[in-house]
Amino acid sequence: MFSDLFYQLLEENMFLTAAWETIYLTVISTVISYGFGVPLGLILCVTDRDGIYPIPWLNKILSVLVNIFRSIPFIILMVAMFPVARLVVGTSVGNKALIFSLVVGAAPYVARMVESSIKEVDRGIIEASQAMGTSNMGIILKVLIPEAKPSLIVGAVISTVTILSYTAMAGTVGAGGLGRIAIAYGHQRFSPDITWVCMILTVIIVQVIQELGMFIAHKTDKRIRNK
Amino acid sequence: MIELKNLGKTFHTKEQEIVALRNIDLTINDGEIFGIIGLSGAGKSTLVRCINLLEKPTSGDVLIDGQSLTQMPRRELLKTRRNIGMIFQGFNLLEQRSVLKNVCYPLEIAKVPKAQAEARARELLQVVGLADRESAYPAQLSGGQKQRVAIARALATNPKYLLCDEATSALDPNTTRSILELLREINRTMGVTIVVITHEMKVIDTICDRVAIIDHSQIAEVGRVSDVFSSPGSDIAKELIMPMAASAPGVSGDRIRIVFDGTSSKKPLIANMIMTCQVAVNILFADLKDVNGACYGHMIIQLPEDERAEQKVLSWLSANGLKYTKEA
Repeated sequence: MFSDLFYQLLEENMFLTAAWETIYLTVISTVISYGFGVPLGLILCVTDRDGIYPIPWLNKILSVLVNIFRSIPFIILMVAMFPVARLVVGTSVGNKALIFSLVVGAAPYVARMVESSIKEVDRGIIEASQAMGTSNMGIILKVLIPEAKPSLIVGAVISTVTILSYTAMAGTVGAGGLGRIAIAYGHQRFSPDITWVCMILTVIIVQVIQELGMFIAHKTDKRIRNK
Repeated sequence: MIELKNLGKTFHTKEQEIVALRNIDLTINDGEIFGIIGLSGAGKSTLVRCINLLEKPTSGDVLIDGQSLTQMPRRELLKTRRNIGMIFQGFNLLEQRSVLKNVCYPLEIAKVPKAQAEARARELLQVVGLADRESAYPAQLSGGQKQRVAIARALATNPKYLLCDEATSALDPNTTRSILELLREINRTMGVTIVVITHEMKVIDTICDRVAIIDHSQIAEVGRVSDVFSSPGSDIAKELIMPMAASAPGVSGDRIRIVFDGTSSKKPLIANMIMTCQVAVNILFADLKDVNGACYGHMIIQLPEDERAEQKVLSWLSANGLKYTKEA
């Protein structure tokens, strides 16, 4: 039923190693992307015309930048980022360079996710906290982020799944993980069964992230009456 | 004391300028419940937001206890705001915080130690009658309960002033009454000066000492509630106090408005009039209330078409010291 190559990979424990590598790349890239994306998303929100500290020109510049990065197909952006990666992280090959490219591609996406979650916070709540003498920093830390928390978690789930698909694509240009196995063995050595196994493993990983994330989001949301 | 000095607010949009407030001069004394009433779009919400500078006035000044808010550095302004509580039509509770944590919020901002803040919050929840719901979340509360939490939260920092922006407009009549009673109690027992913004005359009538009527961005009338109620000077006051002056369909004859200004005794005046004059009148509208044992309000009656009968009624009214005006 399966090809010899499949059994060979199975014997060498390649699938699990690759799955682990995919998870590892995804988690690291997501965390770093959030490191940049959250502040960026907050700045986009706060400096908006209707934000708590409007700076229209800064908002415009950041917004255009985010849009530019978001409009480049990821596979192209990644290849274009290799020379930049060499400047920033010292190498243009391997996982380090790929994480850099992934972050460049994902951080603007995360910023938009964060921005839209934060914008869901009711204006009235912000106004009430202003009326109680809260500083802008206080509003960000005590109102915007806590009130948007369930939505931020849902956004993080969606972002993680997107970044997971990016890491699979990165497999075509040298990253490790399930994407690489699918391309290098499944596609280039004509073993569609290997591709299928990679796909199924990816689906399983996505399902786990999705279910777990939604469970946490639901658990933390105090707006839900009956649990 | 809250003083608004020649306050103005203009909103600039791309196409036009919208004047929301024009030449507002108001003084709100310590300890009173001051009402601001107006129709939708009259500018009352903008006005109340100017008091704590949530909206920055484009001209004029706001003085709180003699200190100008517009001149204040931001840090000072934030501190002053802790002395001015505010509640809203939409309650605006933090949805992800429990009732207790909501009431603690302004204390957190004021850097009050946690244990002390929680003790104070519990004390206030007792005052608003929600001591048993401290671990509930806003989504689990009714509208009236949410507003009670909002009141407790607004009072947490022990403010001297409390601004209420249409605080009862989203509530049913019974809940409205209980919230208004709570506000009055807070005014009496804690000495908090309350500013009430509303479009309902009933709210003004129930708790306010003085009232300002705002119309087309300007103050149309200010005075004691009983005075404004019994003899409204401006057209807008008449419209708000006496919303219905139309005649019943298919009836003719002159209509007059009788004003009860608290001076008439508790005699059954209209019944006496009908019996003495031997004429049948049609009561088209009446809105009378008992304020400290005196009768205030308005009544519109329709007189018989017969001119002699009409004269009889009018002279009887004058003889009994009742003021009346002919309705158009």
